Amino acid sequence: MKVLVAVKRVIDYNVKVRVKPDNTDVDLANVKMAMNPFCEIAIEEAVRLKEKGVATEVVVVSIGDKKSEEQIRTALALGADRGILVETDESISSLTAAKILKGLVDKEEPGIVLLGKQSIDSDNNQTGQMLASLAGLPQGTFASEVVVDGDKVNVTREIDGGLQTVALNLPAVVTTDLRLNEPRYAKLPDIMKAKRKPLDKTTPADLGVEVASKVATLKVEPPAERSAGIKVASVDELVAKLKNEAKVL
Amino acid sequence: MSTLVIAEHNNSALAPVTLSVVTAAKAIGNEVTVLVAGAGCGAVAEQAAKVEGVAKVLVADNAAYENQLAENMGLLIADLGKGYTHILAAATTNGKNFLPRAAASLDVEQISDIVRVDSADTFARPIYAGNAVATVQSSDAIKVITVRGTSFDAAASEGGSAAVEAVDAAHDAGISSFAGEELAKSDRPELTAADIVISGGRGMQNGDNFELLYKVADKIGAAVGASRAAVDAGFVPNDMQVGQTGKIVAPQLYVAVGISGAIQHLAGMKESKVIVAINKDEEAPIFSVADYGLVADLFEAVPELEKLV
Repeated sequence: MKVLVAVKRVIDYNVKVRVKPDNTDVDLANVKMAMNPFCEIAIEEAVRLKEKGVATEVVVVSIGDKKSEEQIRTALALGADRGILVETDESISSLTAAKILKGLVDKEEPGIVLLGKQSIDSDNNQTGQMLASLAGLPQGTFASEVVVDGDKVNVTREIDGGLQTVALNLPAVVTTDLRLNEPRYAKLPDIMKAKRKPLDKTTPADLGVEVASKVATLKVEPPAERSAGIKVASVDELVAKLKNEAKVL
Repeated sequence: MSTLVIAEHNNSALAPVTLSVVTAAKAIGNEVTVLVAGAGCGAVAEQAAKVEGVAKVLVADNAAYENQLAENMGLLIADLGKGYTHILAAATTNGKNFLPRAAASLDVEQISDIVRVDSADTFARPIYAGNAVATVQSSDAIKVITVRGTSFDAAASEGGSAAVEAVDAAHDAGISSFAGEELAKSDRPELTAADIVISGGRGMQNGDNFELLYKVADKIGAAVGASRAAVDAGFVPNDMQVGQTGKIVAPQLYVAVGISGAIQHLAGMKESKVIVAINKDEEAPIFSVADYGLVADLFEAVPELEKLV
């Protein structure tokens, strides 16, 4: 079975995000970029499926400008077999990303498509679900366990009330939550080897997808600041303040 | 102009978050219809009909919707949603699961997790883990939106008298099935609905020590949450996680115990009215957002707190 994994290049999760003074966007100039953490978990799961003998090939795809090649190479170093860059300089909505991925699913015919549940930049949490919808596939979102069983995959999902397990017909789309696995680090020899693994390039237009969005960002602002309050010296004083000053107890 | 609100429920009771979604729907300004999709969910429809500001309730009562599987819900919502200008659901794991599926079927984008309604086509939503707030305008014919419940007041659960109408559309995609669930059982209030939340972090050291928090919580009717660090360390289950990728809470009082205050955690609780931090590290970032900070060993401070509240 082939596994297709989608990864996104985003701001490194350790970087403190700053809004541009003109309120048009956040400032991404000279900021460290990295693979979206949820996508790292998706790659790890795909590689583990291959190590278990469930997957035969892991194909990694990224949609973005030329620099997204770095994240594909990272995925190849972690164990993916080949990469596809869908090159575009435009910013891509979740719906457009889903349409592009649908085009690749039609071509590659994977048994499982793995994606992160959300990217830490736009925090949309949409692409996997939209891809599943467009491709007519079942979805296991926010996965904390993925078990392939014959022509089905059982996905345990992290839901608000606890955990839920769904049985999905293959092929299926799975989006990863934090506790699905702990991603490995790439070893130096694997990083060297990754440079020789195949990486194909295509464009949204090649896949018949028009890059467009009906949602315009009017402005981006920093959130309302919360200022630090006071330090109390004892539990006594704390309880007194909560009762008499804040009146929340 | 009309708005369809997808009800969050467990087939027997309407979840309080739906009341907040109704408020967001009313802010958009259209007539509000609530869709209750489930199995044996008649009681939920009756509750929804009483909500102030709801004009109509649609009930899709069919085995296909019993567990609100996204594959079936997506088809149903896309089918019924065609007749509306706005479709809203709560930004819960449920709404996040099925709503994008419906949006893609309708070939429209989704606006996730809105915290403010500016007009019928303009909304605010947090991005970058709440480090920025984007104001976005949609020109899609149907606006598909998930709503952050804590950002909108609850509509009154009594006072309405909407007409209830059965929908006999049975969409069963037949590609997925429910295989089981393990729901946390607790007599404490639900995290996102509680007036007081007490959360523990890595400083709790292990799961047994959360007992200290449970004791305080039970005395004051609080819910108990946790930081991602505490959940990742296996102290407590995932459904207790407060933060960017866990639950977003905004109670009257939030007490952070042994939590350093990583940005991902702050994203989930900084809208709380009053924040208390108890931490032995006085440099912990949590103190920068706390109204009241207590630098102390939690293993001494929390039992003392239990005695005094």
